[in-house]
Order: sequence, then structure tokens, then C-alpha cells
Amino acid sequence: MEQGSDTRTPAVRAVRAGMVPAAAVEGPTKLSIRNLDFFYGANQALKGITLDLVDRRVTGMIGPSGCGKSTLLRVLNRMYDLYPGQRATGEVLLDGEDILAASVDLNGLRSRIGMVFQKPTPFPMSIYDNIAFGVKLHERLNRAEMDARVEWSLTRAALWAEVKDRLQTAAAGLSGGQQQRLCIARTIATRPEVILLDEPTSALDPISTLKIEELIDELKQDFTIAIVTHNMQQAARCADQVAFFYLGELVEMGPAAQIFTNPKQRRTQDYVTGRFG
Amino acid sequence: MADISQRIVKSYEQELQRLRDLLVEMGGLVESQLATAILAVVELDIDAATRTVEQDPAVDALEREVESFVIRLLALRQPVAGDLRQIVAALKMTSDLERIGDYAANVAKRSIVLSQFSLPFKLGGLAHMARLVQESLKLTVDAIGDADADKAIQVWRSDQAVDDIYTAIFRELVTYMMEDPRNITPCTHLLFIAKNLERIGDHATNIAETVHYAATGESLPEMRPKGDSANYAVIRPREERPDTATLGTDT
Repeated sequence: MEQGSDTRTPAVRAVRAGMVPAAAVEGPTKLSIRNLDFFYGANQALKGITLDLVDRRVTGMIGPSGCGKSTLLRVLNRMYDLYPGQRATGEVLLDGEDILAASVDLNGLRSRIGMVFQKPTPFPMSIYDNIAFGVKLHERLNRAEMDARVEWSLTRAALWAEVKDRLQTAAAGLSGGQQQRLCIARTIATRPEVILLDEPTSALDPISTLKIEELIDELKQDFTIAIVTHNMQQAARCADQVAFFYLGELVEMGPAAQIFTNPKQRRTQDYVTGRFG
Repeated sequence: MADISQRIVKSYEQELQRLRDLLVEMGGLVESQLATAILAVVELDIDAATRTVEQDPAVDALEREVESFVIRLLALRQPVAGDLRQIVAALKMTSDLERIGDYAANVAKRSIVLSQFSLPFKLGGLAHMARLVQESLKLTVDAIGDADADKAIQVWRSDQAVDDIYTAIFRELVTYMMEDPRNITPCTHLLFIAKNLERIGDHATNIAETVHYAATGESLPEMRPKGDSANYAVIRPREERPDTATLGTDT
């Protein structure tokens, strides 16, 4: 391969040499990232990332601020396309199809790969319409079908019982935790295959956080999930496999239990035990 | 553990150091308990025996202190990785050390009974075994203090020698008992003393395994060197040659 590969971490080199698998848990690969580089202008934010999101498993991504984990999520649904000067090289294969290709229909892609952000971002409309809005972009449903879809989404997001009597009221009136679950309901309403969660609970109280974590556990029965989190306990609780990023590199990837009891790389050990300067 | 990188939260580092210090203190106390217990047996020194028994409450108190400190660290720090291993290891090691202290006290108590008998034989084998166990315990406490996996492996390997000599002592004592029934009482106490020393060796080996896991994250193999075959020893006088004994072992 190219000369630059020598500067990469042993973990990444091992993956790329085929010595260790790119995923840390068993199962079919849903989304395969191969040798991904990403640039903000001249600044390289991701360096040769190779990892697999395993179908209907949760992949946790941890690392200090600026390590590239949120950037990676932004690549996975081509969010960076909205900004000039940002580019990605390498491959990101969703069921074998390269989503970085110029020919990919971005709206179609984003309905297959949904994203939930750090702060709840309900639209300034009713709870019902928050869910229906995205669905209408992709599908033509009659009233009864839409009602069923809204109920399904809210039920899957563990919010239905709390809002079923006030679907037509403004979403802004919900609590922070409810708003975040509404955003998750909105994301799953279009029936994506992959859900990307970018620090979904960092603005929430502990009980709302636990509800979201419980929800993630439920959702993984149907969806492939990637979660970026600064809360390592959360990664330990939610994720099947955990990837540790540092300075744009994937340093180590392993089953959550291994990363939090016996990380193989010194830098991972330092980070999870709070030794990073 | 030689950590190059600095921990961000200094008080946490200090707490982990305090946990190590507590264990080393407890290890030192147990070492001195074993030393006086051995003195009590080999020299039939009743003062030493009393001192050994009197140290027991201090060891128990340290065990309780380590336990509550570990629970506090688990609750307040939510440790992971090497820290988690060190803290959980401390909980296991403190209970092994406490057991070692108990066995030392038991050895000392039996030495008091033993001093009331005049033994028609030397305790050379037992003294040798005691020395091996003592060395192994010292190395164990060093391994705890330095979180040294290599020392731990050394201890883990050395237990075989202790087990071998224990089996030999077992045979020797049974032979004395067969020779003269008046030897039965002191020899029975000596058998328990030897067994207690052998158990101390086993607990030192347990600690070594724990130190190794805490330091490296890897468990030592399931099967450790285990040479104590006295459990299966059958020693019976032969009609034709009553002075010889046969040792039958099965596994």
C-alpha cells in the first residue's frame, strides 16, 4: 500500500493487513468503512479508518474532543457534502454499495442512515407533524397509514404512552428527554437501516439518559447503531463493540467488556482511566 | 506500575496508592505473623506464639479497611481497565492475606500444645518447608507492592516445591505415629501445622495469580503446579517389613 500507512497505529495496520478483523463482534457487516481519510480543507481529520458496523449491533465510539469520532458520523451519511472544501477518500460500503460515490442519491441515503444529534432539535410544529414530516418526503401514506406509522415510531422510541393524548400539541412543550426521544422517533419513522447517534444524551438528566440507553438496547433488534459518546460508562453500558479514536486515528477496537477491563493499547488504557493530558 | 502518563484527577491516583499501601502494610503484618509462628514451632517459643496470635485482630482490621475502601472506590470512581483490575484484585488479595494470618495463628496455637511434648525426632523437614513458605510469602508481598507480574509467576511456580515437601512430611509423621502411639498427639498437631503451612503456600499462589491478572489483564493458566499428593497418600505397615512405608497416589 502507500507509504503513509507506516505512520499509522499498530491496531490499524493490523486490521489493514488482514491480521485482525475490522469488527470486534460476530455478525454480518452492515456498514464497512475501508481506509477512510477525511479532510477539512488541508486539515486531515481522519486517517485511514477501517472498521465495520455489525448488523443490528451497537458500535460505541469514544475518544477525546477533536479525535474525529463525530467527523466519522458526519461522513457516514454524507453530511459533509453540505460544506465546500470538505472531502473524504476511501470506501464506506452500505450493504456493499459505496456511499461516497458521487452518484449516490443523498436523500435516499439519509433515509437509510438516520442521525440524532446532541441537542434535541424538534421542528416548530406538533408532535404528530414532527414524525410525519420526514415520512412524507419519502413515502405517500394515507391518513390511517400515517397514524399507524406515527404510533409505531413513538412506541419504538418509548414515548407513545407519554404523548398519545397530546399529539397535536407543540413538540417544544416536551421535556428535554422527551424531545430527544421524539427526535429518535422521527429518525426511525423513515425506517432507516442504520442509526447514528452523536452524543444523544449529553444534554439530558440521568433518568432521561437511562431511558435513551434502554431504548438503544431495544432498537438494536431492528437497526444497526453507531453511538458517539463522551460518557465512557454509557459506551460500556450500550455498546457491543467500542472503537477508541485519537487524533484522527482508530487506535483500538474491541468488545466493550475487553476495552473496559483489558484494553490492548496503552493509549486506550490511558484514556479510559483518565490519564490523558 | 510505572505510569508515564499523569492521571488527570490526582486524588484518584492518591486513593489507588493508598489502596496499594494498605495491602503492603497488611502483607508485612502477615509476613511477621508467619515469621513468629515459625519461630514458635521450630524453637518451641511460647512468647513468639502469643505474639503471633495477638497480631490477628490488627490483620482483621486491615482487611475490613481494605474492603470498605474498595467498595468506596467502586462506588465513587467507577473504575475501568487497569484501575478496575487493581481494585477488584485488592478485594481478593485482602481476603487471601487474612486467611494466611489465620493459618499462621493456628500454627502458633498448636506450637503451644507441642511444647508440652518432648519429641524424639527433629523437625528439620518442617523447618525447611516453613522457610520455603516464608520466602514465597515475602516474594508475594513484594509482587503486590510493585504490581510485578514476573515476581507473581515466580511465586506461582514455587508452590510445587512446598507441596512436594508437604507430602514428604506427611509420610514421615505417619511413620512416627506407627512406630510409637505416644507420638500420635504431637504428630497430629505437626500434621495440621504442615497442612496450615501448605495452605499458606496455596493462598500465596492465589495472590500471585491475582497480582498477575491485575498487572497484565491476563489470567494464568487454569492448572497451576500442584504437587500436594498427601490427600491421596496411603501409608500402611507391611507385615513382612514393618519399617518401610508405601506411598500410593492416584489422581
